[in-house]
Amino acid sequence: MFVTNTKRITKSAIINLWRSRIVSMSSILVMSITLFVFGTLIFSNAALDSALTQIQEKVDINVYFTVSAPEEEILSLKKSLESLPEVGTVEYVSREESLEKFRERHGDDQLTLQALDELEDNPLGAVLNIQAKETSQYETIASFLNSESVLSSEGTNLIDKVNYYQNKIVIDKLSKIISSSQKIGFIATLILVIMSIIITFNTIRLTIYIAREEISIMRLVGASNEYVRGPFVVAGVVYGLISAGFTLLVFLPLTYYIGSFTQRLFGLNMFEHYLSNFWNISIIIIFSGVTLGIISSYLAVRKYLKV
Amino acid sequence: MIYFDKVTKCYENGDKVIDDVCFTIEPREFVSIVGHSGAGKTTLLKMLLAEEKPTEGSIYFGSSNVSELSKGKKNVFRRKIGTIFQDFRLLPHKTAYENVSFAMEAAGRSDEEIASDVPHVLELVDLGEKIWHFPHQLSGGEQQRLAIARAIVNQPDLIIADEPTGNLDPINTYEIVQILKKINELGTTVILTTHNKGVIDSIGKRVITMDKGKIVRDDKRGKFSL
Repeated sequence: MFVTNTKRITKSAIINLWRSRIVSMSSILVMSITLFVFGTLIFSNAALDSALTQIQEKVDINVYFTVSAPEEEILSLKKSLESLPEVGTVEYVSREESLEKFRERHGDDQLTLQALDELEDNPLGAVLNIQAKETSQYETIASFLNSESVLSSEGTNLIDKVNYYQNKIVIDKLSKIISSSQKIGFIATLILVIMSIIITFNTIRLTIYIAREEISIMRLVGASNEYVRGPFVVAGVVYGLISAGFTLLVFLPLTYYIGSFTQRLFGLNMFEHYLSNFWNISIIIIFSGVTLGIISSYLAVRKYLKV
Repeated sequence: MIYFDKVTKCYENGDKVIDDVCFTIEPREFVSIVGHSGAGKTTLLKMLLAEEKPTEGSIYFGSSNVSELSKGKKNVFRRKIGTIFQDFRLLPHKTAYENVSFAMEAAGRSDEEIASDVPHVLELVDLGEKIWHFPHQLSGGEQQRLAIARAIVNQPDLIIADEPTGNLDPINTYEIVQILKKINELGTTVILTTHNKGVIDSIGKRVITMDKGKIVRDDKRGKFSL
């Protein structure tokens, strides 16, 4: 009986979809717009993430050592820094490399280079460039350096200066911007998702409202609630599948078109991102569409089943 | 046997549409209920179909107390009753064939039974040529005959016809009444409500007359009198 009923319900759902295809098409269109919003959110999240990582990569703490600081002590400090959970990467720039870089930077400035040549010794100290995993963790790293900086082999100070305190204001501001843009993004996402769900739900409710007479007739003829509801729920699944397919298809040329633009702006090519995450995105979109279809139909029919 | 036991129905605003009604209908009877609009005929039938609940009293159909049926049992109960309405109540997006087969599917009949019974019953009401027509492609009389086909296809114990000829011309009215009489002769109980004097007089069977929610006459071989 279950098999027969499932077969009959599916058949009836598909015949109904075709016979009232104008109504079906409007539902599919609205649902596609909702899924399009979902997809856009997925993409803009990826773009935001990529942009944030790019910015974060540019933030670092530079520790300038005194000229006399011995290399092995610097390297041992580097090792203990790397063992901190907050620290992402530590890059060591030796005194010679510092000089090289300085010369490169001032290649056009003959005066400075001449002055440098006058000096007997390399006036530049070694540098450690530290990158934290999160911008909010620079504070911890800086205070670690502060406590560590007292340490020196023969009582002399190893560290000339840590530029964190100069950069602190900028870093703080950036941390705030990043955390609040993530918060705003999340709230905007939530509002958009709720809005589009409500619109889809109401559209499906309207299509079922049109069929309310039919539902009461079916009940009077002796059909069970499940048998009446079945075709509407199956129609909801079909709406979800068609809308998801349509949305995924629309994203292909769209992301291709904006790909190079997003590459420049966020450092992420949308088209490549879409292709490499195609299955994940598809599953999210299809699952959202089908679930939305089932729940909307189920709740909307319930209202007219009271006869 | 159908038994209305001191049934009263009030609507939420306090209007009493059925007032302490008591009567019995025996199996294979043909009962016509007459009365002005608003006399309570349709409410009576709705309660028998478990669409409405009586405020007081009970309704029995065979061994079941109709007014206490759970939601899940209502649909099983309704398969014992065939219904015909003034406004036909056909499924607009289904063909004549599908309208009839839907009632059989809902009752859980097999595909083989459906394939053999549906054309047969449509033939009986003279719609054999129009089984793939949609309701809007049929005339009023044809739509009502389709509704009758749907009502009788599950071989119900009872046919309820609520003003089935209200929207039809005299010739179609005559045809519908003849079909109902035929169904009754074959052993099905029929309850008919109508305004039409000619219909009542041509049937010549039991007539219950209602007025303002009460039964005012109950004649074994009644004539239309209001």
